[in-house]
Amino acid sequence: MKKFNRVFTVLIFIFLYVPMAVLIVASFDTGKSLAGFEGFTMQQYVRLFKDRTLLKLLGNSILLSVLASSIATVFGTVAAVGINGLNHRMRKTVMTLTNIPMTNPDIVTGVSLSLLFIFIGTKMLGIRNSLTFWTLLIAHVTFNLPYVILNVMPKLKQMDPSLKDAALDLGCTPLQAFCKVTLPEIMPGVASGAIMAFTMSLDDFVISYFVSGTGFVTLPVQIYTYVKKPLQPKVYAMFTLLFLLILVLMIVMNLLQARGMKKRSAAHAASK
Amino acid sequence: MKKTKSVLLTTPYILWMVAFTLIPLGVVAYYALTDPATGEFSLTNIRELGMYLPVLGSSIWYSLVSSAICLLLGYPVAYYIAHRSPLVQKFLYMLVMLPMCMSFLLRTLAWVGLLQDTGIINRLLGLIGIGPVTLIRTPGAVILGMVYNYLPYMVLPLYSTIVKIDHRLVEAAQDLGCNSRKVFSKVILPLSMPGILSGVTMVFVPAVSTFYISQKLGGTDTVMIGDVIERQFKQGSNPNLGAALSLVLMILVFVCTGIMNRFGGDEEGGVIA
Repeated sequence: MKKFNRVFTVLIFIFLYVPMAVLIVASFDTGKSLAGFEGFTMQQYVRLFKDRTLLKLLGNSILLSVLASSIATVFGTVAAVGINGLNHRMRKTVMTLTNIPMTNPDIVTGVSLSLLFIFIGTKMLGIRNSLTFWTLLIAHVTFNLPYVILNVMPKLKQMDPSLKDAALDLGCTPLQAFCKVTLPEIMPGVASGAIMAFTMSLDDFVISYFVSGTGFVTLPVQIYTYVKKPLQPKVYAMFTLLFLLILVLMIVMNLLQARGMKKRSAAHAASK
Repeated sequence: MKKTKSVLLTTPYILWMVAFTLIPLGVVAYYALTDPATGEFSLTNIRELGMYLPVLGSSIWYSLVSSAICLLLGYPVAYYIAHRSPLVQKFLYMLVMLPMCMSFLLRTLAWVGLLQDTGIINRLLGLIGIGPVTLIRTPGAVILGMVYNYLPYMVLPLYSTIVKIDHRLVEAAQDLGCNSRKVFSKVILPLSMPGILSGVTMVFVPAVSTFYISQKLGGTDTVMIGDVIERQFKQGSNPNLGAALSLVLMILVFVCTGIMNRFGGDEEGGVIA
């Protein structure tokens, strides 16, 4: 049984990773088709870095995800601290609100936000292009917030409340107590929330597709419109580089969490 | 004092979420109930919904099948991961999560390269004298695409539930004379139920609303409700009808998650963290 489980797990991981391997291999291929390998080349990477429009799209995506995830991280952490102090009933209500964008299908979130922006922009303010960079940013912050909150809340719950009281007794202002005591304690949650929000933003297609106008387009949205014609192989090169970026981010996130775990167990040992 | 401060810290967040999640849903309802031409209240869009019932039905069917397959494939994997050493667990968890963070458009496109008539799988089959087999543009391909894309969403919540199961309960069952099959059906499976429910929800919801997977891997007979909505909005047909369809999709999903929560009853519902 154990052996079966191991073989099965390996097979599933192969299933998950084969399509990505196909794309990565294709980025080194001289041919254009995904189906066969004709010869090795680095040419796609050179072409990628010469392609202004593609790089600009990538830049757009990164700019948007960095901004949206930073705003959501600060905003979400503050909100999580507030939610943690609420009584049970209010907390439950706020968490239900938090879960709405998580449970709603992306397409509904995208459609509803785009209708809201069009309604306000076109009908109420009379602007012709109501879908801009700013609407995209609002949408991304909105779907990032729950990820931050759901990552920070458990850390706040684990924290010993007397630590903060001690800081206050010792003469810290509430803000100082937050920065010196609470924040370092919940940092692993904040960091993993931020990274998760960033990757979700970077990869989001469905919501962006409905909320973006013609003025500011992100990479996934553009890739979707490319797909009508055969995809240029340099896109595979970009996929490979993004794969590496995400891999590094994930490893960093893991190390951060591991360090948080070690610290906590060290603190436990010291307190005993 | 402390409570007012908490309320103060939470208020901007509540306002933001009301403005950008609740109110937009109200706007969807508004569009669904207005006539596209005159902008007055009408039930035309709602009446037209009947036409799309077969599409809705098949979307639900495909997503249910995909969820079931994901559960069957994901459970052994989650179980295996949960019984490794903490370090290996972390590493495998990361490996499951990584595909979720990569462009699902390109990953789905890779399946086109694998499945098409001159694709990798058919070439391999050709080597052993089979084929070419029509793989793409079939219902099977759509289900494959769903299972592939959403399997991590099943494995992660299953893993977080299974890893929390107290091993002493398993030992107790063994001591009391259960064989391994009984231990599984009487102890492990009931205790993994919250994970199963949230996993199924997390696969079902994106699967039932997808439009990209069916567009790339499916044929004309595998149109999904998401395709129809996308067409109403992006190909300029009728946003009001699109809004009505979105409303139906939303209600469907809320009913499903409501049923799941009834059985699961987890306050936070924090599945990923």
